[in-house]
Amino acid sequence: MGNDAPYDEMEFATAEALRSTQLERLRWSIAQAARSPHYGKVFAEQGLGPESLRTLDDVRRFPLTEKQALRDSYPFGLLAVPKEEVVRLHHSSGTTGMATAVLHTAGDIKRWADLVARCLHMVGMRKGDVFQNMMTYGLFTGGLGLHYGAEKLGAFVIPMGAGNSRRQIEFMRIFGTTAIHIIPSYAMALLGTSEEMGVDPRDLSLRFAVGGAEPYSEEVRARLQEAWGISFYNCYGLSEMCGPGVAFECPVQQGLHLWEDAYVGEVVDPESGEPVADGEQGELVLTSLTREAMPLIRYRTRDLTSMVPEPCPCGRAHRRLARIRGRTDDMFIVRGVNIFPIQIEQVLMSLPQVGRNYVAVIDREGYADRLTVQVELTAEAFLGDLEQLHSLRERIANALRQEILVRPRVELVEPGSIPRQEGKAVRVIDKRES
Amino acid sequence: MIEQLAVFSENKPGKLERITAALAEAGVNIRAMHVASLGEMGVVKMVVDRPEEAYEALRGHGTVRKIPALAVRVPDRPGALHDVTAVLSAGAVNIENASGFPVSDREAILILEVADVEAAEKLLQEAEFHVVDEGGFGRG
Repeated sequence: MGNDAPYDEMEFATAEALRSTQLERLRWSIAQAARSPHYGKVFAEQGLGPESLRTLDDVRRFPLTEKQALRDSYPFGLLAVPKEEVVRLHHSSGTTGMATAVLHTAGDIKRWADLVARCLHMVGMRKGDVFQNMMTYGLFTGGLGLHYGAEKLGAFVIPMGAGNSRRQIEFMRIFGTTAIHIIPSYAMALLGTSEEMGVDPRDLSLRFAVGGAEPYSEEVRARLQEAWGISFYNCYGLSEMCGPGVAFECPVQQGLHLWEDAYVGEVVDPESGEPVADGEQGELVLTSLTREAMPLIRYRTRDLTSMVPEPCPCGRAHRRLARIRGRTDDMFIVRGVNIFPIQIEQVLMSLPQVGRNYVAVIDREGYADRLTVQVELTAEAFLGDLEQLHSLRERIANALRQEILVRPRVELVEPGSIPRQEGKAVRVIDKRES
Repeated sequence: MIEQLAVFSENKPGKLERITAALAEAGVNIRAMHVASLGEMGVVKMVVDRPEEAYEALRGHGTVRKIPALAVRVPDRPGALHDVTAVLSAGAVNIENASGFPVSDREAILILEVADVEAAEKLLQEAEFHVVDEGGFGRG
């Protein structure tokens, strides 16, 4: 499969060409941002402008933009074009005071679609592919974002949206779906539906899946690839930066290429805001380079990752982000210890006795925090006696303790007894009153 | 030799009912039953008249395993259990789980789980114990 054929001239641009494109576009983006009420005021107060940029590193002279700035300037305070130029709104699910609006011009939508098309082309989507998009359509960017990119490639697009699991499987069979876009936890849940329907997922025409919208572990990816008999590629994006397609995995599957002709990425220490070395974990900060309606400068994504120092064997010079570890907001603290949900997932999904679903519940016992992890057992893991279940429970608790430093209470539950979720999975339920 | 059925079940109201309902619907008769639990989880073990049908019926409702075991029909009198354990102990057979119940005024059934069921069955038959299958649980 000629997956390495370039989609456009920037896909295989050299590092030098990328840096000079970035600097040129960054100057444009700063000038464009200055037209919005928010940045106009911030830049004027601090005496900043396109002329502040002599090199790319000068981007650090600009202040970080917090999510709060989007809330405070809701709905139009970050708009850098006349309102009649806006052709599309995407919007967070947040309530009043917490909501964020993301606005697009026709040019923004076109460039976004091109970037997504580059992503899908990179993993082998071509005219003739049947693409079933299982992401929610509407104000959320996951659905429409990939839809436009796939159409641009000439794929046969099925705009299913999320949920309606039996129908998803039926459509995959009837229309010979070759590619899907799906939330990883839903891809796991859909395996159960397929089993119930007596359909072997490996008998479908499916070749690959694109997954995103929630952090998930390499262990889950391995399970999904095995069970569906496909390649599963990671997609990263956030609505503030258009949506999916900001960074995407190539067939090497070792990190996500951040499209550096469209974004400047930095990884910073979440506490100090100072840059961390390549390979070190920190918070991703993104600057848009081509967005007209709502340019964002040094936007704090809250996503934790690291910049992969080595060049990718695929030959693309766009630097790679390591698998997203989670969001700074997802971290929870139990008995003073910081825990990310993905750590729990990694441990559980590496154990063959553990089924497809789990949930962690935090509550209080007296004044102490209590972490309980409910784990679905696989049907094969039950050998018929209580003693074995007891020792399995101990093993899981010990394995978790090694990773998260807190020994949770583990509860084994029956396969399929934890409700399946069709949207982003809720894996942690915090019942503590804050 | 008999096939016991073991069902993994959460220790919650309604869970046992789900199992018994599935068996009633399949027309399966439960000859013996035992529930053990540890915190939130439990294992229900059963001897039924038709293990294959019961297994199929239960598979749709939970996690179920077939566990081979021995059922021995013994006189209901002091020392009867000892006679059995003495034979197994002499043959170096370790009993992993055991239960027993009377079937009449004169007789009881012992259910024994051991690692090597066939070897234990042979030992007991050689010692002229009455090893029965699922059909041998009735009143004498």
